[in-house]
Amino acid sequence: MTSTIGFYSLTFGLVCSFLIIFFSVKNFNNSQFFDNKILSITFLQFFFVTISFFSLILAFVYSDFSNETVFNHSHTTKPLFYKISGTWGNHEGSLLLWLLVLTFFIFVFLLKSQKQKKEYRILTSLIQQVIIIGFFFFLIKTSNPFNYIFPVPAQGLGLNPILQDPALAIHPPILYLGYVGSSIIFSSALAATTLNYVSKDWAKHIKQWVLVSWIFLTLGILLGSIWAYYELGWGGFWFWDPVENVSLMPWLALTTLLHCILVLEKKLLLSSWAIILSIATFTLSMSGTFLVRSGILNSVHTFANDPERGLYILIFLFCLIFLSLFIFFFFFKFEKKKKNLFWLSKETAILINNWFMMYFLSVVLIGTIYPIFLEVFSSEKISIGPPFYNKLIIPFLVPFLLAMAIGPKLKWIKSNFENKKHLILFFIISLLLSILIIRNLDISFLLNTVLVTSAFYLFFITSRDFFVKGFKRLSQNIAHFGFSLLILSILFNNIFSTEVISNLKLGETLENENFKIKFENIKEINEYNYKSIKGKFTVQDLNGSNEIMYPELRIYNQPNIVTSEADIKTNLLTDKFMTMNYIQNQDYFNIRYQVKPFMLWIWLSVLLICFGGVISFIKKYEG
Amino acid sequence: MYGKKVRLRFFFIFLILITLSLSIFLIFKSLEKNVVFFQSPSEIKILSEIDKKKIRVGGMVKKNSISVKEQKLRFVITDFKSEINVTYSGVIPNLFAEGKGVVAEGYLKGRNFFAATKILAKHDENYMPPEVKKALEEN
Repeated sequence: MTSTIGFYSLTFGLVCSFLIIFFSVKNFNNSQFFDNKILSITFLQFFFVTISFFSLILAFVYSDFSNETVFNHSHTTKPLFYKISGTWGNHEGSLLLWLLVLTFFIFVFLLKSQKQKKEYRILTSLIQQVIIIGFFFFLIKTSNPFNYIFPVPAQGLGLNPILQDPALAIHPPILYLGYVGSSIIFSSALAATTLNYVSKDWAKHIKQWVLVSWIFLTLGILLGSIWAYYELGWGGFWFWDPVENVSLMPWLALTTLLHCILVLEKKLLLSSWAIILSIATFTLSMSGTFLVRSGILNSVHTFANDPERGLYILIFLFCLIFLSLFIFFFFFKFEKKKKNLFWLSKETAILINNWFMMYFLSVVLIGTIYPIFLEVFSSEKISIGPPFYNKLIIPFLVPFLLAMAIGPKLKWIKSNFENKKHLILFFIISLLLSILIIRNLDISFLLNTVLVTSAFYLFFITSRDFFVKGFKRLSQNIAHFGFSLLILSILFNNIFSTEVISNLKLGETLENENFKIKFENIKEINEYNYKSIKGKFTVQDLNGSNEIMYPELRIYNQPNIVTSEADIKTNLLTDKFMTMNYIQNQDYFNIRYQVKPFMLWIWLSVLLICFGGVISFIKKYEG
Repeated sequence: MYGKKVRLRFFFIFLILITLSLSIFLIFKSLEKNVVFFQSPSEIKILSEIDKKKIRVGGMVKKNSISVKEQKLRFVITDFKSEINVTYSGVIPNLFAEGKGVVAEGYLKGRNFFAATKILAKHDENYMPPEVKKALEEN
């Protein structure tokens, strides 16, 4: 029943798209005023897709196994929360969510853009509808969430247990809000180009959308990262895995765009650059979906998937890229009067920042897609690991951080070096502090000192600004401060982490120069939809302080999968992290114990960066 | 001959080109050094020489081959045509089990001997790494 309703409202939603296109074309030339029918139908479309989405949720909640999606991804013994989150924990449902957010955003866009020109609003909505229609067809043709199965199975196959997790339940919606928000930027940028409306007003108006998608994308990546940290049991937060990279690439493009829009808003410079970035951001988001869903990515996060879907997205993607390039080259009016940039000005600093970001983006892009190309052309199967990214990105962080510290101090148009004594003073303090920290450690002295110095430098400069500048440029300052904190935490986390990995039998004790770990006992508990095996370990470190850790193994009944639940003891300074895994047919358990300093600060600093974006968003609203 | 502005613009374009080519050169240079090739046990058997570079070996974990000796995990990767012995001391992923697909990363110590530094976790019991599938299909 719910499936029928869901499917038909989906079809109605598609019909709405055609109606909107019809009225838009009629309205575009005929009348002076914006036709409110378009707004109403857009709302109707959003309404239909919402109904469709809710009927899928209902089908999941009531375990309606006549629905193929529900059968494949749910089970009656699953807790209610994960039944609901299972709706978007699979391919079909997640695409329906994409569509829901797409229709929601264009509706909000039409509501919020009433001060803008009629033609611009209509054209943006038109381009957005093209994307929406593409997604409708994709959904209905290749991944209909409402397929029937007959005879109706008595039980579903269940959701992959590692997805049964609070952070991962809300990770896709948040990430999609960011991804899909970039579609509005894309449509609006193309509309503005066509109408020759790339102006300060446009920049001011679209900046809000850039901020919204940027905030959600950042939060989405953060959630995914936190999940990977405690659920996968590898004790890291970023693995340079292709699936992670495809979310990082739109983020880099979006962050660049955010800075570029600032220049456009204030000085009407870099307009072509802003348009290219708007196109790139959305294209990268789409390619992300394509790469993850097609299964051509060789990733550790890959779930089983289907190549036909990938082909469809690929064709759709090419059409969109072609359309946008066509519009860009035929309609874009380059500024007649070339304005020259003075080398020491805020514009130049932002431009340099943009260059670095583009460099980082191309490193990630090449690292992600090179293996695919190589396999197509030479059928050699390769993978590219963290050393590649570390080597190419880390050294360039140094000038990037320094530019981040000094850039905001410069004035628009032209700046000079007066009153900049504290800049040098802080640099010396940072340098001394870093040498003091790095001096006695057994790591590459030069690289680490330079890195820590530049991170400290940004840290001090932005901290000082909180006192000196107060609420002036608060958003930027918070975000940059957060970034310095992030880099510092990551660096110290890398430098000071210790770990031990071993195979232990019950009752055995492991001793090395850092810890003494005793495997005390093991307990079995039957939970609602899994069996829990909890180990008890006492860990004694060098200072003699004791910690009792309870890492857990969960054997889920449906599907029959074993997952490790790490035991993590978090405090302000360090995380203690232990995972346990059993070895088939052996008495041994595989144990990993890690002490990871500043873990909490990595998450907090990303939140701070987001918070900077939020403040900028709110401030704009008031002013 | 040219005005100051034109010269400045040329200089600017020149600078962009230099940066661009330099970064692309850097990226590909480092790519060469850091790629990890994937090989199946059968491919390793016919290698002309043992390379010192890190590689990945994929296939199935042979039935009844897992054992633990002196803190080291030992098992056999097979593609049903050839086999290779693997030793490993590190984190073992949840889905590592006999008769299941596996990808191990590490160094070859001979044609029959592989010292793994990492065993890759997969998230899905039905999932088989594309390389493993292909290697198995080829045999």
